[in-house]
Amino acid sequence: MTIRSTSETPDDGLVRLAKAGDLEAFEALTGRYEQRIYALAMRMLRQEQDAEDVTQQTFLSVLENLDGFRGEASFSTWILRIASHAALKIIRKRKGLNTVSLEEATEPSETLNSIPHPEFIADWRHSPAALVERNEVRRLLDDALTRLDEKHRLVFLLRDVEGLSIQETAAALDLGEANVKVRLLRARLQLREELTRVLGDPGRQLVRSPHPHE
Amino acid sequence: MKCEELLAMLNEYVDGTVDPAVCEEFEKHMAGCNPCQVVVDNIRQTITLYRDGQPYAMPVQFREKMHDALRKKWKEKFPVR
Ligand SMILES: [Zn+2]
Repeated sequence: MTIRSTSETPDDGLVRLAKAGDLEAFEALTGRYEQRIYALAMRMLRQEQDAEDVTQQTFLSVLENLDGFRGEASFSTWILRIASHAALKIIRKRKGLNTVSLEEATEPSETLNSIPHPEFIADWRHSPAALVERNEVRRLLDDALTRLDEKHRLVFLLRDVEGLSIQETAAALDLGEANVKVRLLRARLQLREELTRVLGDPGRQLVRSPHPHE
Repeated sequence: MKCEELLAMLNEYVDGTVDPAVCEEFEKHMAGCNPCQVVVDNIRQTITLYRDGQPYAMPVQFREKMHDALRKKWKEKFPVR
């Protein structure tokens, strides 16, 4: 009997083994992604029970649909897609809406021309490295995320936290790339604004207008 | 380049996907426009803070429960012959 190390097998190798009925490979895949999926769900939903539901549904759905996964997208994009849609479904349900696709929920006004300008501009008092461990900062980050519209929040989380590319984020959310870019910019700007109002040094606040170049 | 134009290119600049000619203009603008420089810094810090933040830890009890559910479903999918 050969001892096989699943920890070094790439995702697509584990997927192939799992499709062929290898439980150990499936459990290795699950172990590789469960924490990430749970954290994403918590950041989307901020409610443990809902995050657990999304996580479990995601892996059950992976198991169920494994045969249909042909590897056109990477496994990570595929599983993040499943989890994103599960989280959105819960958010829409909370709002009393029927599930609508992200695309339908886009307002026509969402173009680069309507991007809000930064208002509070100041250097931060501390570096991210000094801030990241603090509990009150974690709450600030969560609160700011919660105030983002979910369609902006998901794009930000997939692109900037999960590290998907623009193309992968678009594929995961069934959106066009231009749409992803606009939403990402809005999300980044809104989060910057909220964080800087708290973390920025008021003594070093900059006023944009009257502007020297205009 | 005006501040508005810089704003529209912000993603590409921060992600390092902007083309070199535009990048040069972008940096020239920032060198003479402190607010834009600070906004770019703030955006980078914002992304870093979220990316490096402590993720929510999955409860151990839930993990066990989920793995049980998955194993049960696995047996339905691959019944032992
Ligand atoms: Zn400027």
